[in-house]
Amino acid sequence: MVAKTQEPFFQGSTGKNSRGVLRIVILCLIAGAAIASRLFSVIRFESIIHEFDPWFNFRATKYLVSHGFYDFWDWFDDRTWHPLGRVTGGTLYPGLMVTSGVIYHALRALTIPVDIRNICVLLAPGFSGLTAFATYLFTNEMSTSPSAGLLAAIFMGIAPGYISRSVAGSYDNEAIAIFLLVFTFYLWIKAIKLGSAFWGALCALFYGYMVSAWGGYVFITNLIPLHVFVLVCMGRFSPRVYVSYCTWYALGTLASMQIPFVGFLPIRSSEHMSALGVFGLLQLVGFVEFVRSGVPSKQFATLLRGFVLAVFAISFGGLVLLTVSGVIAPWTGRFYSLWDTGYAKIHIPIIASVSEHQPTAWPAYFFDLNLLIWLFPAGVYLCFLKLADEQVFVVVYAILASYFSGVMVRLMLTLTPIVCVAAALALSNILDTYLTFKSPEEPTQATAADGSTNGATKKAAKQEELRSMRQPLVGIYAAFSKISVVTAMTTYLLIFVLHCTWVTSNAYSSPSVVLASRMPDGSQHIIDDYREAYQWLRQNTKEDAKIMSWWDYGYQIGGMADRPTLVDNNTWNNTHIATVGKAMSSREEVSYPIMRQHEVDYVLVVFGGLLGYSGDDINKFLWMVRIAEGIWPDEVKERDFFTERGEYRVDDGATQTMKDSLMYKMSYYNYNSLFPPGQAQDRVRGVKMPEVGPVLNTVEEAFTSENWIIRIYKVKDLDNVGRDHASAASFERGNKKKKTTKKRGPKVLRVE
Amino acid sequence: MAPKKNAAAAAPVAPPTTQIPTTTTIPSSTPVKIPSRSSSQNQSPQQVAIGIWQNYLDKTPQRTKLIDVFMSFLVVVGVLQFVYCILAGNYPFNAFLSGFSATVGQFVLTASLRIQTNEENKAEFNSVSPERAFADYVFGSLILHFFCVNFIN
Repeated sequence: MVAKTQEPFFQGSTGKNSRGVLRIVILCLIAGAAIASRLFSVIRFESIIHEFDPWFNFRATKYLVSHGFYDFWDWFDDRTWHPLGRVTGGTLYPGLMVTSGVIYHALRALTIPVDIRNICVLLAPGFSGLTAFATYLFTNEMSTSPSAGLLAAIFMGIAPGYISRSVAGSYDNEAIAIFLLVFTFYLWIKAIKLGSAFWGALCALFYGYMVSAWGGYVFITNLIPLHVFVLVCMGRFSPRVYVSYCTWYALGTLASMQIPFVGFLPIRSSEHMSALGVFGLLQLVGFVEFVRSGVPSKQFATLLRGFVLAVFAISFGGLVLLTVSGVIAPWTGRFYSLWDTGYAKIHIPIIASVSEHQPTAWPAYFFDLNLLIWLFPAGVYLCFLKLADEQVFVVVYAILASYFSGVMVRLMLTLTPIVCVAAALALSNILDTYLTFKSPEEPTQATAADGSTNGATKKAAKQEELRSMRQPLVGIYAAFSKISVVTAMTTYLLIFVLHCTWVTSNAYSSPSVVLASRMPDGSQHIIDDYREAYQWLRQNTKEDAKIMSWWDYGYQIGGMADRPTLVDNNTWNNTHIATVGKAMSSREEVSYPIMRQHEVDYVLVVFGGLLGYSGDDINKFLWMVRIAEGIWPDEVKERDFFTERGEYRVDDGATQTMKDSLMYKMSYYNYNSLFPPGQAQDRVRGVKMPEVGPVLNTVEEAFTSENWIIRIYKVKDLDNVGRDHASAASFERGNKKKKTTKKRGPKVLRVE
Repeated sequence: MAPKKNAAAAAPVAPPTTQIPTTTTIPSSTPVKIPSRSSSQNQSPQQVAIGIWQNYLDKTPQRTKLIDVFMSFLVVVGVLQFVYCILAGNYPFNAFLSGFSATVGQFVLTASLRIQTNEENKAEFNSVSPERAFADYVFGSLILHFFCVNFIN
């Protein structure tokens, strides 16, 4: 604790100034560390967009920058979801794109022309610096200790739980959303502490910005009402609560409704009903408090309280009734699966198929948060000790976010801020206790000393036998204990920095577009098949050639190859995805009409068998089957893809359905030719492939990348003389019909 | 919706805002300042209502009464809109919503202003002077009306 040191440098007004300077320097260094630790991937590889989703954001940002804001706002994208198209302006959160568009134009105006790609790549690191600052402000509201805010800022700056979603190149909504989340919470705490409508309105504005940036705004709309509700239940209703909440709700709801994607949701869907309910409850409680202040009798006051409870119960029942009758939309599947964790797996395979939607394992907590995770409960406990309005918020947030992060890996992200704050509170408490040079006065054992403190203590001393009760001032006297504890804490903090850097460097800084591997001599070998294939598509196909692939690659094809796709990562139309799944998992004769109907020109599959790249389409194949089965249960059956003993095999023992499926054929087409006869090996599944490879009739191989990761097939046109493709192909191969077939087949009547 | 409407419906009887006991922040054990007129323990509800009303007329400053008139006007406008919506259907739903939420939002903001400028709440809002409260009110109302005008199309 700097303030209590003895040096004159830190005393008085000069001390205040130098502390301020120190604080600014520390914050700048924290921002620098936050940005620098996110640049591993840019320095190692290159400045590109990484995952799947960011490619769409990048494409939308390019559209915004080149066409202007109004065109972007009502942009109908006819290059995705091919026959349908996508009303992009009404189905995306525009906050991210608009932010980087504003930065782009601001830099232009300052005559620093920066490529829009670089702005998109470096947006997340830039905003992580701001997040650290917002965490500093937020924690300062919680604690009077001068070190708590700074500790929270550095934790937030380098904690891997947040870095995982905000490395350079991950141009995703979370990049700016976490900053907005923490800053909105800061403004909310400020509003509820001061009871000021101004801060409430600011909070609403930033809440509106948050709504425009990320679908996770639902977390805020439920957390703030929950905080207020807990306060009311604790009997802490005050005019400050009324002013701040009502201002926030009235303005924030209107602000959120301005976003076309959100629209009328804040009054129509169940996720937002808690905010509305608490708004109504506050009006009621406020009114009753007003009446009660003018009423003398005690019975009447209890009557009023009963009135509040009754109205609350009735309106709650009304809400439930409205939800059941369908006026208010029930929970969406994605949200509902947070409560009923088995729901998605049974009913909506497309939600369960995403790897981020799985429950979190224990090591993930330690991996992402290292020492913060065991300081976290201590910090929450400290909040219980001093339970003011803002501490209640920390407690509520901590409980809710811990639960959600346990259900879904992805929500670790919303847990990280509160873990950083709570850990900083606990750690600063320890440091404040052990870093004071001045020892407290040694209490003498004599009764005279006891008497000199005051009478009340003496009285207590007689009643209570505990020593700690007799001497309420507990202090640390020996220098040794101070030094040892502080040294231990410093060591932990240094290890924390090491851990964070190691995790960031090894786990979270690899672009999924480029696969890196090490040669035996330590040099880096880069496998760049994705871009090779996408570039081939971009240069060697027609401008409007439709590409069919599984939905994972939709955004990347749209972004890098610039070709229309059938389905993409925005999974708004389950049936359309199931159509693609059916085409991939059926026999060629079934798939070909589907592909013709959808005007597919090329089919793209990802195959990792040669390289041992496990995230390929054969491993995702079962999800395609399941999703297709959900729509056409009697045409696609998951059971058929397993052997008699229930194994999922691709080698000789594979079922006939598996061998006939389009996906299997396209993946292993000509794969035998790479190996000496009889030795074809699939390195992902670790099995020997059958002697004879599959035969393709309706599609032909158009491109295969260097390491066979991406294979592109061209859909053949209809046969010139009207044969079906199988017989045409067998004719081409020269399989002559037996001469002896004089016997005519059963004749059919010509109708025309 | 129900609780809000309830508070609004009760408005003509007494001004529909909060007014908090003066001394404590925790309202569980409120030492209420007993008004001079209504003193006896057992009264009929009518007497109580009249007592409150008289008390209100006597104690409330002129400015606060002005605010209350404005608030009751907002309630009337809101109720009218709602009734019209029920009678005539909600076809341009955004128009109904922006109109209705303009009245609700303005009501809430005015209530906040009333609370903040109330003499009895001085202890709660030691950082908010009445002038500051009014500036906040203007700021909030401007934002509210910007959003409403934008939303009504």
